[in-house]
Amino acid sequence: MPIKRRPERQPEKQLVNRRVNTLLIFVGQKLLRLGLLLIAVAIFTFVLLSLSPIDPVQAYIGADMMQISADQQALIAERWGLDQPFWNRFLDWLGQILQGNLGVSLVFNRPVSEVIAARFQASLQMLAIAWLLSGLLGLALGTLAGAVAGSWIDRVIRLYAYTLAAAPTFWVALLLLIVFAVSWRIAPVCCAAPPGVLSQNVTVWQHLHHLLLPAMTLSIIGIANITLHTRQKLIEVLHSDYVLFALAQGENLWNIVRYHGLRNILLPAITLQFASLSELFGGSVLVEQVFAYPGLGEATVQGALRSDVPLLVGIVFFSALFVYIGNTLADLAYPIIDPRIRLGGQMNR
Amino acid sequence: MTSTIDPAVNLEAKTSSSLQQNPSRTSRRSRTLAAIVLGTLFLGAIIFSPWILGESGLSTVLTQRNQPPTWSHPFGTDWLGRDMLMRSLHGLSLSLRIGLLAASISAFIGTSLGLAAGTFGGWVDAVIIWIVDVFFSLPHLVLLILIAFSVGGGTRGVIIAVALTHWTNLARIIRAEVLQVNSADYIHLSRQFGKSSLWIARHHMMPHIVPQLIVGLILLFPHAILHEAALSFIGIGLSPHLPAVGIILAESMRHLSTGYWWLGVMPGLLLLLSVKAFDWVGENLRILLAPKTSQE
Amino acid sequence: MLSLSNLSVTFTQYDRGLRRKQLRVITDLNLDVQAGEVVAVVGASGSGKSLLAHALLGILPQNAVMSGTMTFQGEPLTPHRCRLLRGKAIVLIPQSVGYLDPLMTVGPQVQRVAQLTGRTKAAAKTAVKKTFTRYGLPAKTFDLYPFQLSGGMARRVLVSTAVVTPAQLVIADEPTPGLHPDVVSETLTHLRELADAGRGVILITHDIAAALKIADRVAVFYAGTTVEIAAGRDFFTGKLRHPYTQALWRSLPQNEFLPVPGNQPNLEQLPQGCLFKDRCPWVDDLCREERPALRELNDGWVRCFHAEG
Repeated sequence: MPIKRRPERQPEKQLVNRRVNTLLIFVGQKLLRLGLLLIAVAIFTFVLLSLSPIDPVQAYIGADMMQISADQQALIAERWGLDQPFWNRFLDWLGQILQGNLGVSLVFNRPVSEVIAARFQASLQMLAIAWLLSGLLGLALGTLAGAVAGSWIDRVIRLYAYTLAAAPTFWVALLLLIVFAVSWRIAPVCCAAPPGVLSQNVTVWQHLHHLLLPAMTLSIIGIANITLHTRQKLIEVLHSDYVLFALAQGENLWNIVRYHGLRNILLPAITLQFASLSELFGGSVLVEQVFAYPGLGEATVQGALRSDVPLLVGIVFFSALFVYIGNTLADLAYPIIDPRIRLGGQMNR
Repeated sequence: MTSTIDPAVNLEAKTSSSLQQNPSRTSRRSRTLAAIVLGTLFLGAIIFSPWILGESGLSTVLTQRNQPPTWSHPFGTDWLGRDMLMRSLHGLSLSLRIGLLAASISAFIGTSLGLAAGTFGGWVDAVIIWIVDVFFSLPHLVLLILIAFSVGGGTRGVIIAVALTHWTNLARIIRAEVLQVNSADYIHLSRQFGKSSLWIARHHMMPHIVPQLIVGLILLFPHAILHEAALSFIGIGLSPHLPAVGIILAESMRHLSTGYWWLGVMPGLLLLLSVKAFDWVGENLRILLAPKTSQE
Repeated sequence: MLSLSNLSVTFTQYDRGLRRKQLRVITDLNLDVQAGEVVAVVGASGSGKSLLAHALLGILPQNAVMSGTMTFQGEPLTPHRCRLLRGKAIVLIPQSVGYLDPLMTVGPQVQRVAQLTGRTKAAAKTAVKKTFTRYGLPAKTFDLYPFQLSGGMARRVLVSTAVVTPAQLVIADEPTPGLHPDVVSETLTHLRELADAGRGVILITHDIAAALKIADRVAVFYAGTTVEIAAGRDFFTGKLRHPYTQALWRSLPQNEFLPVPGNQPNLEQLPQGCLFKDRCPWVDDLCREERPALRELNDGWVRCFHAEG
């Protein structure tokens, strides 16, 4: 018996080894790509900012510019290395960033990394709620619309999705603010906490209360995309050969959706939802602006309006990282969920 | 006809089945054409409204302040008694013109880069794809804010930011189309007959790319206009002296808590309708020019 | 058991610029099938064979319009009756593993087929396992995904989907292309066994040689219609009636290997007169004017004015 079992075990161990190797290569490739991408973003940002007509010294000093003599300005420029050639300045700047030093925010007067960490924490819960809600609702609406494609239900859902896709994000936020906060008074008009309450004294309920409307706005807007994609995907599935065969077996529409539809649309839906983090982030900038919610999006606007270059650059890097993580998770969903890749090791999709 | 019709029949039957679901007596062709004409007329009316309607209703009338929508003022009046419909039309006309200009520049960039990538291939293609990748790696709004900020904001900032960030999709579509046409047999045949690259581009490429370009350009407009409005809304775009629709909406924020809902709702509604009109025209043109790639 | 007369199927499509066009994919088709026999439907691709199967099961796309009459077991096969009977009395054996859900293991898929005929979950599972064993499929097959099946295993799984039902009529759509010769003859044997057990089998194929191994009768399709219905032995005894059947027979490698010249007519604009007139050696003015009806000749059927015993 032991002699007979050996050849069975060997391939299994090899398979595990192979999988570990594949995973290591995958992680390595992803990290390398991330590094290249961040360098590209760095070059892009630096070139853009050095071509810009904004004088960093003036931006730093702001309204007090008149009180500072030309000599003093030159001194500041020298201390910042502004008199150095382009490449020297770039490499110096890149070196600082690689050490994790993103500089000090002019608006908040704190290190940029601290500002981003604190602001992102505030945004994260809102983003997470919006992401989950839009994913689940979009999947449900898209499935329903695709299953009864052409019917009045489908038309209503499509009208809703297309209208939201065409609606300005900030205007939808404005509408919800008018209805829920101004007319019905069931949601707060602004901010992350009631006025005058210190952040450590905010209760969980108050916290949620202020979070809910912005999160709802973001998810209502996010639904459109996933609904339309899911609908399209389900229609494709319903036109597939295997659904034709299921029909020939006497299966009815709802069971086809239940047994074959959901199984086959889930993967593209999850992928899409991870890839939509980019739009979610962009949406949060506008929504936080309308609700005056002190998150990362609002900080982005502050940075741009008040010429806070270090903060803006930090947020650009952070958002690139955020989008990259979303895309990487989307890539990872396939090998984890799809049995053709999980068991067969074939990536021919 | 070839003798292998069967698979094609199945495929066509599938793609056209959704077309069949609302049979109607009027032909689809004339309905599609009517949609394009109607949509274009609506948008044209908004764009040219400042010249048609003039400046009437834009002056301050203190006796008529903060009126909710009525028949004489369908969009109501603002805190200075100005007619909101007139303000919205003027603002939207400005926004649409800026959006159209920026989108056209963007379409030009996209077409040039797409053609270059598809035609030259090699490192040109690699560099262009790399640029597209970098653009896709940042949230679109963050990119817009960054560019608008760097070039100093204002109307020029908005136009540059929108123009520089909307070409990527069109470039990809055009590139794919060029690659596809390039690999077609009749192109190889033309080359063998000694036709010049320019001749091939004119006679074989253009008929394939121009429809894609027209549809791509029109579907670019709504994005460009929405982003212009968003930038103006958060205050990085047009200056408050140029009342684009984003500025009007941002102003309305200050009066919302007092219950003057029409200041925000009505201009936004008009903006939404124009964006939908562009989508409508674009989709119908797409159905007309390339029925097989259309969604519906 | 099954009888089709004057069956026609037309597709409506939209072309560039949204111009409507009509595709006549099946024209005046006649066919009957008895219990216990294998009727092969042969013809080139594009002759409307697969669509015949879809028409019988009522699963044509929505832009298809059907006319003519179909009767099954003495009663008209209306769309409503189609819905009731498919999967229970009439089943399809699809042409490839692409007709199985790629993300679902095959056991539960076949089990679902059995459950749809009214069996309980447990009974269905037992039936599937029994059928898999009968066809020599290893027990682990139940938990494999379609992409993990070899060509031969896939074929047996697909045949199993018909075996687990009590269906009287089995339609096998192109069951043999691209398979190893051993698998082909194994599949054909399985189909013959189904007929010998008292079911009617329609074998849709473009491979005449394979069809003749098991078919009692052969219906020859051309441009969406039956040009001849012959007994299997007619092919070997030189009693073929229609010029197209004769040309097809001559085109086989084991015979003269002569290709049939010309192409099938454009389905958008079917010609007046006989559909085969452009390629027919016997064509005359009558064929150009009028379309021949299917007529009985020497214990078979032929759609030709000039065919003689």
